[in-house]
Amino acid sequence: MSENFIDIKNISRHFGSVKAVDNVSFSIKQGEFFSLLGPSGCGKTTLLRLLAGFESANQGEIFIDGIDVTTMPPNLRPTNMVFQNYAIFPHINVKKNIEFGMRKEKLSKQELDDRVQEVLALVKLEGYEERFSNQLSGGQRQRIALARALIKRPKVLLLDEPLGALDKKLRDEMQIELRNLQKAVGITFVFVTHDQGESISMSDRVAVMNDGQIQQISDPHDLYYNPQNIFVSDFIGTTNFLSSSTGSSNGENIMVKIESIGEFSIRNKLNISENNTDTICSIRPEAIMLSPNPIEKGDIVLEGKIENSSYYGELTSFYVKVDGAEKPLIASSQRFDNNSFQDNKCYLSINFEDINLLKKE
Amino acid sequence: MNLTKNKTLYIYVLLYFAFLYIPVMFLPLFSFNEGIHMAFPLKGFSTQHYEDMWNSPQLFDALGNSIYVGVVSSLIATMLAFFASRAFTKYKFRGQSLSYGAILTPFLIPEIILAIALLVIWVSIGLPLGLTPIIIGHVLFCTPFCMIILIARMEGFDNHLEEASRDLGEGVLMTFWRVSFPILLPGLIAAFLLGFIISFDEFLLAMFLQGSDQTLPIYMWGQLRFARRLPHVLALGAVIIVATSLIVMLAYWLRNVGQPQEKQDLTFKI
Repeated sequence: MSENFIDIKNISRHFGSVKAVDNVSFSIKQGEFFSLLGPSGCGKTTLLRLLAGFESANQGEIFIDGIDVTTMPPNLRPTNMVFQNYAIFPHINVKKNIEFGMRKEKLSKQELDDRVQEVLALVKLEGYEERFSNQLSGGQRQRIALARALIKRPKVLLLDEPLGALDKKLRDEMQIELRNLQKAVGITFVFVTHDQGESISMSDRVAVMNDGQIQQISDPHDLYYNPQNIFVSDFIGTTNFLSSSTGSSNGENIMVKIESIGEFSIRNKLNISENNTDTICSIRPEAIMLSPNPIEKGDIVLEGKIENSSYYGELTSFYVKVDGAEKPLIASSQRFDNNSFQDNKCYLSINFEDINLLKKE
Repeated sequence: MNLTKNKTLYIYVLLYFAFLYIPVMFLPLFSFNEGIHMAFPLKGFSTQHYEDMWNSPQLFDALGNSIYVGVVSSLIATMLAFFASRAFTKYKFRGQSLSYGAILTPFLIPEIILAIALLVIWVSIGLPLGLTPIIIGHVLFCTPFCMIILIARMEGFDNHLEEASRDLGEGVLMTFWRVSFPILLPGLIAAFLLGFIISFDEFLLAMFLQGSDQTLPIYMWGQLRFARRLPHVLALGAVIIVATSLIVMLAYWLRNVGQPQEKQDLTFKI
């Protein structure tokens, strides 16, 4: 893997006074499955369209495989795109759709047919050559859009929320298939999504975007367990936010006073300053151990009352009121359900290592 | 609701179509009648009027002129309307609704005023009257009609299709040729045919701007002054009705060629 296969340098794209992409710089490695994740309007699609060449940058440069493509029109770029609505040409059949981009390659009919069969096999749609777009299901259209892009053997495949229109089950299947496909062809994928679950289950690395800027670029594990700021912590998964203030620092650790829970010495991963009253502690629901019986182990042990619960099948989320706290704590458990507790009384335990100390923005 | 089960509605529908089509049917009916008077009872079957029609060279001159004027003016109007519709449906720009209204206004100006204005301008420039000013007048008159058809069709056009083509390596011109044009072709044909039919039976502009060359409606108008010549105008009228129906059917058939039918698209019918 070369380090900077795609190199984005200080790129900006403004629409009037709206800064859709605001001075963004990062690199993507060759063969990487890279996601751009963020809420709608965060600039992720604009960034993808800048890579494809459908938007021109107000500022900055884009390099792909060492070549400056900043002002290159889309038809000359070594990228291909899978559109959100797939954009299958309705007036020609599947085979002609897939062959569409091969006109300039000047292949013999046999070679072209072989290439078409190769990509149709890749997306598991052999035998659909004669169909038209309106005779295909959403999932099939998506595969054709993939095949049409992959036959070009692009250096980079750009995917704009390709799974958004599919139903849950098909989406889960396609996530795995896309991932396998990417490994099989070895092409660099840049994948835009607003679905955090999708991005962390498929990607090598994820860039979380908000307000036109990159909030964090990490591998999915790091993104989940070591969020750099409140936005990322909130956007990825569910979490409990507790107001806190820092005291004195002690090497890697710092004293933190967490509202209604107590004062502890925890790791200061983000180097937050001493005596800062504007800090927040983030604790994942699954990091809070929950039991109907008193718990012995754990750095922090609390008592609480269950106010509410939501059953999700594989786990149950409990909303637990702890004395003195404003909001209930969310704790999830695979073991217990609503009937496990007498008089809604429960015991909680939290380990210091599961507390992320963040700065308030 | 099943329409045929409701008797009142059924009768209403029958009356509706009767109102629309019975007057028109008188033309073919009397065109096959013996004798020159348009009155009941019918006297007997005859193709005499059609023979008369066939044997009037003036009529074919007028027909030729009408087809020429119709094709040229509708081609120009369709092209102008296409460019405008493209701008209206693809981009947002300042003065969009104002210019849209401005293009559609000839629609609302009484035709006779348009005709007088064009006549005055043309004569004051000192150019000879004839088919050219009629074509110009018809372009002016047909463009808004063509544009309404095209905008309706092009509003549903997915701009991502053009982006997909660019993405797959085609430039602007080839993208138009391989993607936009074939997809929009049915709409273009519909606009062209509508423009042609409007020009073909347009009377006032042609009347004011004609020189020595007549178009078909002017010729028919001229023939009405002679009672004896009325029947072959009836025959001509019948032929025009059949031809127009065929054109509409042809347009409808063309619309479906090469496209699998998922559901019938009624918007195309003129």
